[in-house]
Amino acid sequence: MNDDMDIKDKAAWDAAERVADYEHGWSSDIETDFAPKGLTEDTIRFISAKKNEPEWMLEWRLKAFASWKTMTPPDWAKLNVPPIDYQDAYYYAEPKAKPKLGSLDEVDPEILRIYEKLGIPIAEQKLLAGVEGGEDGGLPQRRVAVDAVFDSVSVATTFRAELERAGVIFRSISEAIKEYPELVKKWLGKIVPMHDNYFATLNCAVFSDGTFVYIPEGVRCPMELSTYFRINAENTGQFERTLIIADKGSYVSYLEGCTAPMRDENQLHAAVVELVALDDAEIKYSTVQNWYPGDAEGKGGIYNFVTKRALCQGRNSKVSWTQVETGSAVTWKYPSCVLNGENSVGEFYSVAVTNNYQQADTGTKMIHNGKGSRSTIVSKGISAGHSNNTYRGLVRVAPNAEGVRNFTQCDSLLLGSLSGAHTVPYIEVRNPSAQIEHEATTSKISDDQMFYAMSRGLNTEEAVTLIVNGFAKEVLQQLPMEFAVEAQKLLGISLEGSVG
Amino acid sequence: MLQITNLHANVGDKPILKGLTLSLNAGEIHAIMGPNGAGKSTLGYMLSGRPGYEVTEGAVTFNGQNLLELEPHERASAGLFLGFQYPVEIPGVSNVQFLREALNAQRKNRGEAPLSGAEFLKVAREQATALGMDMDMLKRPVNVGFSGGEKKRNEMVQMGIIDPALAILDETDSGLDIDALRIVGDGINRIMRRPDKAVLLITHYQRLLDYVKPDFVHVLADGRITRSGGPELALELERDGYKELAA
Repeated sequence: MNDDMDIKDKAAWDAAERVADYEHGWSSDIETDFAPKGLTEDTIRFISAKKNEPEWMLEWRLKAFASWKTMTPPDWAKLNVPPIDYQDAYYYAEPKAKPKLGSLDEVDPEILRIYEKLGIPIAEQKLLAGVEGGEDGGLPQRRVAVDAVFDSVSVATTFRAELERAGVIFRSISEAIKEYPELVKKWLGKIVPMHDNYFATLNCAVFSDGTFVYIPEGVRCPMELSTYFRINAENTGQFERTLIIADKGSYVSYLEGCTAPMRDENQLHAAVVELVALDDAEIKYSTVQNWYPGDAEGKGGIYNFVTKRALCQGRNSKVSWTQVETGSAVTWKYPSCVLNGENSVGEFYSVAVTNNYQQADTGTKMIHNGKGSRSTIVSKGISAGHSNNTYRGLVRVAPNAEGVRNFTQCDSLLLGSLSGAHTVPYIEVRNPSAQIEHEATTSKISDDQMFYAMSRGLNTEEAVTLIVNGFAKEVLQQLPMEFAVEAQKLLGISLEGSVG
Repeated sequence: MLQITNLHANVGDKPILKGLTLSLNAGEIHAIMGPNGAGKSTLGYMLSGRPGYEVTEGAVTFNGQNLLELEPHERASAGLFLGFQYPVEIPGVSNVQFLREALNAQRKNRGEAPLSGAEFLKVAREQATALGMDMDMLKRPVNVGFSGGEKKRNEMVQMGIIDPALAILDETDSGLDIDALRIVGDGINRIMRRPDKAVLLITHYQRLLDYVKPDFVHVLADGRITRSGGPELALELERDGYKELAA
């Protein structure tokens, strides 16, 4: 071979300096109705009143707020976040003039235009245009219901009638609080307790809107459920709240995709997602996260502090988290499974891409309390530019949990020589029958691979995209079809300019 | 088709090619032979534009175009193909995906319409079958877990699918058993032995030349062509060795 070590990575080195432009960097004109700036009890009363909430909800929020004031932000993650002034932000914004709509056709064309720009999957656009099925005869026909969350308020819900025929409840959480208070009360804050952590508690106090899903016993949800989040108003914190309940023997696949317009000021996002699966129920939760990551110098970008947790409460219940995280300046996120049910299953498939000065500290917790519970963790971290990417995971086996199994695989891919990849696995096993496996690798895109791909006709970006998608394949193939295509493109876009 | 004039090139600071001149016309197959370290692989990498290989003097034109100012993928789109001595593994990317994306990228660069999945698979199946490779291998990740012989055969399948005007084949015969050698040799003849194409075969040994008859044989030693001749030169080398010739 004629390789010369001196020339290794030179190209990647040079290109690490280059600027990656944010494809979805634009904003829209829709007027916003703000809550007053700052965070006080009055802010919370304002939000609750805006949403015509019942008294119990307001009390719940106020209780959370009182706790939050005594709490401090967690500092254990490998993240460098400047102090956040919580009084210098707005906690509520909604698009103006929005009568409840029966279908997406009635939605403001401006909003639909934005969705189009975001590249909402073709299958969905066809459905929105009234074209069922599609040209791809070989593929199974897919149906997707969209609960569009524009800024903080649900704008419209499609396919409601068909879902209702199946007995599925798919609502904004504000609606659910009013229409199904008993169901909401039963589970809200039960999976992620009100005092779980600083950001979750903040969310309890100020959550604006989000999604509620209930799948009744024995029902297989007839379509994928999908929510698109957008952060659209300057200086607006986003505090989404999602609750999904899968009753015995039911199944649901839920897709969450996000991107945001370019902004100079950092935006705080602290969502809470709670999932519960009862006996023999299965929830598949997929996320593609593409919020504004900040510019090439690390200015701006979303701060993303998310608490996602699933309770596998029933026997043989299963929850599978799949995430593709490419955006945000800071990501702090650990979608987890509490495996209480006997023979319950938890899965976590993650691709996290960081470029420029992005920081991601993400992973999962698999808490095995149930006998024979099993979990699989596959994490693929890709770091470029000056970014830092950390996998942090916990596998815990309770003393009474016999026959637990876990398999963990953490792979890191480095582009250039200025980025960092870190793996922090915690394993706590208190039952000797447990079988725990952990594999980890760190690699780089080699000059050989780049040249090989380019000598076949691919340009630099195409070659990087191809190689990175190969690296992340095990995770990407877990995504529903529409998301997989979008995610593959997103990986390439996120790494633009990282190798040159 | 390819005109190399007084080419000097460095890898890092080390001069490897020192005044190489060579001319290939359409319809010709040239073999380049020479001892280890003579610069044979460097020549292949140089011509396909590998970063880190610096031209210090001389010129290379390909169909009248200055080859040296093109990026590797532009050279590929212009019709140049490099068969690698050590084909590279790309985990997680299937051969089919890799080749379809590569071929369509080339077509796009040339202003041609992309091939559909069905059209591509038809071409891929033909080429794989002709080279005795089963379709399952095309679905496997690029070169991952392939034997040395399978990798080389895969290079030929790629060449068949891409259908280049000029192929530079860097020790395509190494690591092949007798049967595989014949299959690969037949592949080269079938794909490249045409009036509008040319081949530069880089090899240590005469044995590939039993299957692919070169029109010209050149000896590359110490960074330049020291002797050129017809097919008989390869036999002479086989008999006398490179030392004799260098002397």
